[in-house]
Amino acid sequence: MCLGVPGEVVSIDGNTATVDFFGVRRQVRLDIVDEPVKPGDYVMNHVGFAIRRIAPEEIGETIALYELLLRTAAEEDLMAADVRGEIGATEGERSA
Amino acid sequence: MNVLRNRDELGAHLRFQEPGKAREMAATLAHVTRSIGREPVSVMHVCGSHEQAIARYGLRAVFPRELDVIMGPGCPVCVTDVPEVDEAVLLAAQGVRVFTYGDMLRVPGSVKSLADVKAEGGKVDVVYGIGQAVQLACETQEECVFFASGFETTAVATAAVILAGVPENFSVLSAHKYIPPVMEIVAEMPQTRIEGFLAAGHAAAITGSAIFERFAERYKLPVVVTGFEPLDILAGLIRLVELVRDGRAEVANMYPRCVTREGNRPAQEALWSVFRPIGGRWRGIAHVPNGNLRLRDRFAHVDARRRFTIDLHQLWDRAPANLTQHCICGDIMAGIAAPTGCSLYGNQCDPDHPVGACMVSSEGTCRIWHQYGGHLDLGYGS
Ligand code: SF4
Repeated sequence: MCLGVPGEVVSIDGNTATVDFFGVRRQVRLDIVDEPVKPGDYVMNHVGFAIRRIAPEEIGETIALYELLLRTAAEEDLMAADVRGEIGATEGERSA
Repeated sequence: MNVLRNRDELGAHLRFQEPGKAREMAATLAHVTRSIGREPVSVMHVCGSHEQAIARYGLRAVFPRELDVIMGPGCPVCVTDVPEVDEAVLLAAQGVRVFTYGDMLRVPGSVKSLADVKAEGGKVDVVYGIGQAVQLACETQEECVFFASGFETTAVATAAVILAGVPENFSVLSAHKYIPPVMEIVAEMPQTRIEGFLAAGHAAAITGSAIFERFAERYKLPVVVTGFEPLDILAGLIRLVELVRDGRAEVANMYPRCVTREGNRPAQEALWSVFRPIGGRWRGIAHVPNGNLRLRDRFAHVDARRRFTIDLHQLWDRAPANLTQHCICGDIMAGIAAPTGCSLYGNQCDPDHPVGACMVSSEGTCRIWHQYGGHLDLGYGS
């Protein structure tokens, strides 16, 4: 559960950001993010909360590695399951 | 399964990170380790996610033989003490709705696990995060308790949710643990051969790398903060072994894209305004001063321990002897044994029939080794 999951900020509404996780858009809370974020930034997220802003130029190959992990891992792969759990901890996009 | 046993396979897997670079770094790590001129050189990491990455990417196959990279108490579920599980079990048995992270479901208490109470009709639901637990509590009048486990990374989420306000029927049973104090316990253990620590990147993103400075100075041990990608781990280990070799008890941050010296201030404020550190047992390890996080008095109304009467003796008076007595999970979490040193590993204890928490949790050493074969090429503890 310490692994976390990175995603790209798409838009911000008050204390909540819509974040793109490998093509899936979810809501992430910004209560405890370390510094202000804006669309285009990346955030590292843990159990539904952004904990760290990562500048786009610093995300490097991190995203690609996560993508590869999610795409190629077997159903029971522990690391991939933890990442899926992290995405599961975010909220689905609000309909309004 | 995904067991990558040699450098070429590792390199092939790292196509995004230049296979040549991984090979080069492995060679550097071997060179630096050997330059110490004795063996084994033993270092400890304190994070289940680090162990997952090490085992999944077969990194131990490229570590030099002279280097032992040992997992310590880095699995919050595994170090949650039996009485804490018992508290959750008793609440569920009282008819309270209990929400828990999935990993906690099958962790044995002294008599039962939450999965057992659920099978007996108790209302136990698995959630991915506290946010979901609050949402579910909003949909009912029933008393709902979130069994909150995890290290500081997870505790900050619990804190933020409490600060934002929770429904009246919602409270928290905190089994949150705080990593820095347990490193001191491990460093003080007479059996310990740990010469340096690899600190978990995302916990340090919260606390900042500075939190380890006093520790490094006091225990004369270097600490290197690093991330979770294979190259991060290799880079972190190279730096750590260099510091060991040079006798420099310093803190180095090899994960600057996520970790600063000060850490995440808003998160720290949320954490410490909601929680206070108290001493408590970590399962199988020791009493850890300041190792447990409990709700402060001003949040007594959302503290399940103060909201409900939980009489643990009810369970303890009839605790049966069982296989868990043979479980050496505590020694494994303390870094003085490996899963392969457990007589039950892989036969009476496997992921389908876990005996101890280390086989239940996705961050438990036994579970990780069982899935990825992390025991291959390993030179310690068996
Ligand atoms: S293999 Fe099972 S019984 Fe043995 S230490 Fe690990 S969890 Fe405990």
